[in-house]
Amino acid sequence: MSRTTLDLWVGVFVAMGIAALLFLALKVGSISGSDIQSPYTLIARFDNIGGLKARAPVKVAGVLVGRVAEIRYDNERFQAEVVFTVDGRYKFPTDTFANILTSGLLGEQYVGLDPGGEDKLLAPGDVIKKTQSAVVLEKLISQFMFNKAAEGDTAPAK
Amino acid sequence: MVGAIRRLGTLFVNGIWQLGFITRFFWLILVYSGQSFTRLHLTLRELYFSGVMSLLIILVSGLFVGLVLGLQGYETLQRYGASDSLGTLVALSLVRELGPVVAGLLFASRAGSAVTAEIGLMKVTEQLKAMDMMAVSPIARVVAPRFWGGVISMPLLAALFSAMGVFGGWLIGVVAIGVDDGAFWSQMQSAVDFRYDVLNGVIKSCVFGVAVALIAVFEGYDCVPTAEGVSRAITRTVVSSALAILALDFVMTSFMFRG
Repeated sequence: MSRTTLDLWVGVFVAMGIAALLFLALKVGSISGSDIQSPYTLIARFDNIGGLKARAPVKVAGVLVGRVAEIRYDNERFQAEVVFTVDGRYKFPTDTFANILTSGLLGEQYVGLDPGGEDKLLAPGDVIKKTQSAVVLEKLISQFMFNKAAEGDTAPAK
Repeated sequence: MVGAIRRLGTLFVNGIWQLGFITRFFWLILVYSGQSFTRLHLTLRELYFSGVMSLLIILVSGLFVGLVLGLQGYETLQRYGASDSLGTLVALSLVRELGPVVAGLLFASRAGSAVTAEIGLMKVTEQLKAMDMMAVSPIARVVAPRFWGGVISMPLLAALFSAMGVFGGWLIGVVAIGVDDGAFWSQMQSAVDFRYDVLNGVIKSCVFGVAVALIAVFEGYDCVPTAEGVSRAITRTVVSSALAILALDFVMTSFMFRG
């Protein structure tokens, strides 16, 4: 059996197909699963998670360090329990603060971590105690209205 | 009235019969695949006829679909001041849905119909019977290579379609309209996940490849061996492939992408 031009064309076709797949993988998409190395899980409980979803980013100082793995409802504490995986290269002190923030005005929601000053570090599976819930726009507006009304009654205390 | 019920019953029984036959046929193809892979040049030849010969139509259609997505997406997104997300829109819609589905439909009408016509004509001219007489299994010699040629080329064609579409969207968005180049790619990369979006699209195109190739070889093998029978078989190939692709797409989307 000798090589034919047909083989050449089939080879070109397969190579082009694989090149297209690589293009989709590297240039169009991001291989997000693998850029988090040796992940460990942390848990944070929030009163309200707003629109947070699984696979949402976890950021520290704006840098992506992990992703939300699971969101469930704790029926004993009446709180939302957010489980997220964090890159093993990064360690955080035990008094780290977890917030639910929004990127941009109407963007997606993510978990923002603010590291504290403790010497002890969070171990895998630990619970972050200090959390702040997502900002719910309706609550914010009603609070603002309430404050305005209160200001009207008494002189503004500075 | 009785006649209508009888016809309905025949239709139903025939449908079940067909389903059983196609399943047994699929099984036979898998069984004879090993035998046909020992002569790989047969499969390579089919890869050439269904894959390489479909390249041009796939690439050109991909480019045009990308161009249209770029125009339409920009038109809608700029109303909300989100024209930077154009890359995300183009890439996600291509990789998840349009790439596999449109490439599958084109592939069914370009390559599937050709395969059906070829096998059907072989049946009409009794070449398949002649092979059987010479103790050459027509499934190993004729059907399995065409089946695998289709199955292998479909995901490659779908990937090429998506890549070409993204390029078309980039041409319209960045080159023609002037969306920021960096924002186009970086927003796309942050939104498109390899495993969740790209790989699921590839799985879809593989499933479509199996469906289209199986329908094409089956309709050819099963056709009534007359000129009219072959032409009907070709029509059935295109129609049932399109239906199978769209129905399978709905089923797969519903369990792949449920937020």
